[in-house]
Amino acid sequence: MTVTLFIPCFVDALFPRAGISMVQILERLGHKVAFPEAITCCGQPPFNSGYWDEARTVAAKVLPQLANAEAVVIGSGSCGAMLKVFYPQLFENTPQATLAKQISARTWEFSDFLVSKLGVTDLGAKFPHKVTFHDGCHGLRELGLKKSPRALLGKVSGLELVEMGEAETCCGFGGTFATKFPMISTAMGEVKCASATETSAEYIVSNDSSCLMHIQGLLSRQGSPLKTIHLAEVLNQQ
Amino acid sequence: MSFVSQFKAQAQVMAGDLRHRKIIRTALRNYEIVRDVRKASFQDWQGARQLAAETKWQAVNHLDKHLEQFAAKLESRGTKVHWASTAEQAREIVLKIVSDKQAKSVIKSKAMTSEEIHLNDALEHAGLNVVESDLGELIVQLRKEAPYHIVFPSMHLTRDEISELFQRELGSAATNDPEELTMIARRALRKKYLTADIGITGANFAIAETGMISITENEGNARLTAALPKTMISLIGIEKVLPRMEDLALFLPMLATMGTGQQLTCYNTLYSGPRQPGETDGPEEWHVVLLDNHRTELLADAEQRDALHCIRCGACLNVCPIFRNVGGHTYGTTYSGPIGSVITPHLRGLQDWKHLSSASSLCGACTETCPVKIDLHHHLLQNRRNAAEQKPSFGEKTAFKLFAFAANRPALWNFGKKMARIFQPLQGAVQGSALDPAKAWTKTRDLPPLAQESFKDWWRNRK
Repeated sequence: MTVTLFIPCFVDALFPRAGISMVQILERLGHKVAFPEAITCCGQPPFNSGYWDEARTVAAKVLPQLANAEAVVIGSGSCGAMLKVFYPQLFENTPQATLAKQISARTWEFSDFLVSKLGVTDLGAKFPHKVTFHDGCHGLRELGLKKSPRALLGKVSGLELVEMGEAETCCGFGGTFATKFPMISTAMGEVKCASATETSAEYIVSNDSSCLMHIQGLLSRQGSPLKTIHLAEVLNQQ
Repeated sequence: MSFVSQFKAQAQVMAGDLRHRKIIRTALRNYEIVRDVRKASFQDWQGARQLAAETKWQAVNHLDKHLEQFAAKLESRGTKVHWASTAEQAREIVLKIVSDKQAKSVIKSKAMTSEEIHLNDALEHAGLNVVESDLGELIVQLRKEAPYHIVFPSMHLTRDEISELFQRELGSAATNDPEELTMIARRALRKKYLTADIGITGANFAIAETGMISITENEGNARLTAALPKTMISLIGIEKVLPRMEDLALFLPMLATMGTGQQLTCYNTLYSGPRQPGETDGPEEWHVVLLDNHRTELLADAEQRDALHCIRCGACLNVCPIFRNVGGHTYGTTYSGPIGSVITPHLRGLQDWKHLSSASSLCGACTETCPVKIDLHHHLLQNRRNAAEQKPSFGEKTAFKLFAFAANRPALWNFGKKMARIFQPLQGAVQGSALDPAKAWTKTRDLPPLAQESFKDWWRNRK
């Protein structure tokens, strides 16, 4: 099938390897990958700040780009939730309401697409490291993703998954929250980092680069040897 | 200082207070263990939540009918029912009863509604001696501070701190034995029950069908508060209504499970009226004050009406990473945590309290845990939207307009990305200083470098 990739703005600019890994994995599985280059951002920053008109302006440009997609795949639970859960709300009672609902129904977070749609868990990946998994809140609670990422990690050769006590606790990123209330965001991140450190894992893996940007930012500042990596990059290690 | 400045200043202090973080974490870890044991004893916890939400939906969506039935039943057994639209009216009603009775002293059991209308201040101002009989409430009363948490008013204190407080205020000997600390409080309270002219309670549930109130507690203090003084006053938020007596079969264990991790609390009592002819105990008079105080405005908001389902179990506070890091007092409101952040803008004004809805990562742990399925974190998002629609901040509105303008012009967006990449080293040079445009981020966190080749570049080069 043709898989249309939605690359979040921060993945494009800061973490391209996560996107590249997704392309390579999907192509190895025999799918054609499309990437609408005109898409810049899903509109979540203004949406979560309450500026829904501005969010709608951005999202209205996204919709036609995805109108004919067979499946839209996003390597982020957060932007995935924006398209899947919040676009139908944002466009309620507008002419684009139907289109928003149709796209919502065809949108998948990357790990869930592999496991639930394609029925694939073993990608032949090798990653001989001890890792712990961070559940991004949007993926976990808006999209209900808990098992898919773990099913995929379970098939990675050499990988040891150690769950941390605070796996489901928010890391404190929260989009604009991280800079509006940096003191609270940082305290939450410290709790997360301490819990991950307790597992003595080498890597924190997640399906959300935005959480990892915050967590890695704290770890680097603390001088911690713990590293962060996107799930797709782990699955792409051959 | 504005409410938002106070919140930010206090949050700054508390978020870095590692001692506080440890105390709350330890207390809540114990709570989580017992809560989960009790949840597992429900045959179908998610089914129970659904039933509770539907029961509360019915109660709240037919509130008028249920309240009239509740009041009529109460009156038929001689209880005087008062309707208070505002906090001021509620205080006046209570003060009038107190003055009619020429009362000098009041004993109270735990009631968040009384905190909400600042009843203790009003009573003390009128010259009355007011004593809280719930141990946690007594502790914060002696410290002259507000309850830290809806269910655990003094959870932020250690036993040693409580012992020092009792030594100073009650003249007791030093001890950090919890039983002895409880006995010290009980000895002090026993006299107060016997001499109080008025007993004031809240209610956990108001049963419309039978005209009874249900009070759930662990110390027996509410029973004594209701039984010993000649006059009893119960101050109840109108959303406490449950349609049927049998609803308690679900709500009592649910409240105990999520509130304190108990199967049931130690004492569950139903009060149906003042002392009836032939009865040997109970108050001679019972006044029920039904408090609106902006609840009907929340009722009128179809989107957020379910916030009136709240049974004040405090479960959303316990799982909230914001609450756990900034603590209950930082909110500056009677109701803290997620439920407080949702309803305070309705109760006390959206523009003054919208910052509580912004101070959230929208993680949704609250919604996931809420036993009556209030859509808490989405309501925070709606409050943000409503606040921005009603009175947009010029700076934010402009910033997001520019953001949308650039996002809809891919060439401009990509040019911006290139510029950012060129200028990022300059940011590195001023990092942490007042000149740093990213200082809200970089004060505590490193900023990742922009990739030399973005995904889009890679995609184009590949083709």
